[in-house]
Amino acid sequence: MTDIAVIMVSAILVNNFVLVQFLGLCPFMGVSNKLETAIGMGGATTFVLTLASICSYLVHHWILEPMGLEYLRTIAFILVIAVVVQFAKMFIEKTSPLLYRVLGVFLPLITTNCAVLGVALQNTTKAHNFFESALYGFGAALGFSLVLILFSAMRERLAVADVPDPFKGAAIGMITAGLMSLAFMGFSGLV
Amino acid sequence: MIELISQHPIVAALIAMVGLSLIFGAVLGFAAVKFKVEGDPIVEQIDALLPQTQCGQCGHPGCKPYAQGIANGEPINKCPPGGQVTINAIADLLDVEAPTLDEEHGEESEVQTVAYIREDECIGCTKCIQACPMDAILGAAKQMHTVIIDECTGCDLCVEPCPVDCIDMVPVESTLGDWKWDLPPRSENGTTDIIASDKVQLPEAHS
Repeated sequence: MTDIAVIMVSAILVNNFVLVQFLGLCPFMGVSNKLETAIGMGGATTFVLTLASICSYLVHHWILEPMGLEYLRTIAFILVIAVVVQFAKMFIEKTSPLLYRVLGVFLPLITTNCAVLGVALQNTTKAHNFFESALYGFGAALGFSLVLILFSAMRERLAVADVPDPFKGAAIGMITAGLMSLAFMGFSGLV
Repeated sequence: MIELISQHPIVAALIAMVGLSLIFGAVLGFAAVKFKVEGDPIVEQIDALLPQTQCGQCGHPGCKPYAQGIANGEPINKCPPGGQVTINAIADLLDVEAPTLDEEHGEESEVQTVAYIREDECIGCTKCIQACPMDAILGAAKQMHTVIIDECTGCDLCVEPCPVDCIDMVPVESTLGDWKWDLPPRSENGTTDIIASDKVQLPEAHS
């Protein structure tokens, strides 16, 4: 039980993928203009990340390790992620048109989200077992969604704030992200 | 075989990657067939019959949304640019009685018109440019605007927003380039008697 809590807290707060490990910055800056799209992106990423970390664990454990091909894991994981995203897109489109309308445009974006690949690679370097891998992926996705939603809420406020001209737009966004990152660094040493 | 793999690790790598790709390709191919989503074909068909002026007089933001609306059971008589011909065609497609045009959404004009801006009165407010669904009005703020006749569909939408009322709807005069014989008289159900008639030959859809 404590293991679960440690992995979750570590993935969500202490080793937050966006603000501490600086992975997945592109969607973090790109899709955080509106709270609504941020929530959509968070949901889609959670779905794909959990699934992708499970699948890449299976591929690593059952195919790459027995054949002594661990050095191929990066390219193999990219393949796995692309397939998982595409499959998830088709599956959602068929089973839940409503969910597809919410997540649809964000799903292809996730293919190139390096946080997804980062989680899969860290699962192998940290030698997580199947359950831990899934949990780590889910926790990382929750952390990603958390900071994305927090950041988009801030940016919605910033859009109407009186910002000096040179700092308007992306510049103040970067500064805000940096300050958030500093704040999240404060969690280090928690676990 | 085993010997070959152990002596040449690259063979093992190749087998693994090709095998993985084949498996994933098969999964995706299977999913593409299994989870195939059929588009709504009736919407496409209705959309093809609508005049594509995107004028919004039906209350929808464009022709495709109106086609969607018709497919969901909306009245089919809300399209003034298409006129009675379009209504008849849609009624034919959906196998329902053809109603007359709902005057609430605008009148069907017998003659094709285009907008004309009286340029010396234009104050350059850009309001008509924003109203135009076809981007047929050229101009900039505090500059005189003008209408690109070839792009204008005569939908009237620019007349209302003009604060100085300098936009007229003028009938299109036929020139030597686009004059043609009158079509044969229409039969009672509103379609022409010519064989293989399609929308382009009907006077409402032609300039």
